Amino acid sequence: MKPLRNPGLWLALAFTAAVGAWPAITQSPSSREVTFTILMAVGLASSLNILLGYAGYVSFGHIVFFGLGGYVGIYLVGVLNLPFFVAMILAGLSSGLLAFLLGKALLRLRGAYFALATIGINEVARAFINNFEPFGGPIGITLNFQIYNNYGGAATALWMTYGTLVVVTLIVLFISYMVKSSKFGLALMAIRENENAAEVMGVVTPNAKTWAYVLSAVFPGMIGAIFFFKNGHIEPHDAFRLHMSIEWIVMVMLGGFGTVLGPLIGAAAYQRLRGLLLVSSLFKNIQLAVAGALLLLIILFVPAGVVGWLRHRFTKLRRVLI
Amino acid sequence: MILQVKGVSKWFGGLEAVSNVTLDLPEGEILGLIGPNGAGKTTLFNVINGIYPPESGTVTFRGQDITAKKPYRLAKMGMARTHQIVQPLNELSVEENVMVGACYGREDHSLTSAAEISKEVLDFVDLSEKAELLAASLNVAQKKRLELARALASRPHLLLLDEVLAGLNHAEITAMLNTIGEVRDQGVTIIMIEHVMHAVMNISDRIIVIDYGKQIAEGTPNEVSRDPKVIEAYLGDPKLAEQLAQSSD
Repeated sequence: MKPLRNPGLWLALAFTAAVGAWPAITQSPSSREVTFTILMAVGLASSLNILLGYAGYVSFGHIVFFGLGGYVGIYLVGVLNLPFFVAMILAGLSSGLLAFLLGKALLRLRGAYFALATIGINEVARAFINNFEPFGGPIGITLNFQIYNNYGGAATALWMTYGTLVVVTLIVLFISYMVKSSKFGLALMAIRENENAAEVMGVVTPNAKTWAYVLSAVFPGMIGAIFFFKNGHIEPHDAFRLHMSIEWIVMVMLGGFGTVLGPLIGAAAYQRLRGLLLVSSLFKNIQLAVAGALLLLIILFVPAGVVGWLRHRFTKLRRVLI
Repeated sequence: MILQVKGVSKWFGGLEAVSNVTLDLPEGEILGLIGPNGAGKTTLFNVINGIYPPESGTVTFRGQDITAKKPYRLAKMGMARTHQIVQPLNELSVEENVMVGACYGREDHSLTSAAEISKEVLDFVDLSEKAELLAASLNVAQKKRLELARALASRPHLLLLDEVLAGLNHAEITAMLNTIGEVRDQGVTIIMIEHVMHAVMNISDRIIVIDYGKQIAEGTPNEVSRDPKVIEAYLGDPKLAEQLAQSSD
């Protein structure tokens, strides 16, 4: 089977592109903002899925790559005056580099120990940035408004960041699929199912895990750069919010871990739900409690998530439900 | 010699699980490794296979010192094994399980050629009609054959079989022995740990007996089954001693 001929992949990409194009067609800034948060969640959850879903390693601290990417991006644009796209790429690469170094040290740990260590990383990163003067310490960095003039003014810059996010999200989905249908993906899934057996069969587990970690960190770095460039301001408290990491895990689990479509569906559904909860007077203060309850229910009753459940229920659709 | 184990010892705390074991394995031979439960046979496999580094001694494989080399390095050098307690990749299909062996074993295949090898090997171990199923859905006998298929897909020079016959019925044992014989005929050297005495005595060229981590006897099946030390070791287990006596007749 040729991986690129899978209709599931093209349907997913076409659907995402259509959703991404809708605000541009209607020229509606409010639907653009809603779609921005949804696509951001899709990109982040799909990246996390490469580590969590394919390799089976739970990272609670994945937000650290988003935050670092945001800092690097805003620093390069605001302080060093680099063009936004260059800054975004470098932000992604910095997150990837951090993941590479952390992976070498942390991926010796398995299961709960790795998960706990990743929480530690996030806290260390926040404490470090809080005291790191070039990044503004606790005050953070604020972009000079003049910078947006380089991109045709603030209004145009908002559309530009949005367009960039749409493209990055499509790339993440494509890469997620290519990883899954590759030899590398097979090694990751072997590690997820039984790491000892994978080693005995010749999978060089330290390398495979490290590359999965790097790949799952690069795109959150780029998305962080996009988000904070659009925001115009970054501070440690915003960049390293641990609960966002946990929300990504909920998205991946809701949609179905280890599938390409799962994080897409899970992230979109979760963000819609969150949007509804935030405007409801009853739930607006306890929306995280709803996320927690949701995670509990998924793990208890549908551990495979929506897509996993559908794959199990309708075996004929497996080829499309990637 | 394809494999040379020299003076290998492995301790777990105060327990010497493998004690100063030395063995030479010529290419193309089937070596049977027998001994009472807990004698250290699987631990010896784990040392040869790189899962545990030994406290002393060396292991040489195809002329290279492989003591304490990682299992994945050994897989690429042509060593494959099956596990006593089956280790299927449950949520992957039977075919994908075998493809992992082909992709990451000695020959480093692409997914396309791994799929072909998988087909061929599953045919060989008679599992081809299960190829699309999840490995979790197989029964124990089928999982044992899956273990063998994965190992064979890596095109090994040396195959370590850890109780592939355990839990199989009489017909399944005969089928498995035929398969193992065919694997040997393809030029693969085999060490097998086995408790099914008549089977291991029939198929092995040579037998090594281990008790309390120590090598207590070595020789042809015939010699070993008449060795007083071996009979004594098995006397603690009258059923096995009886099987041992029968198989030498």
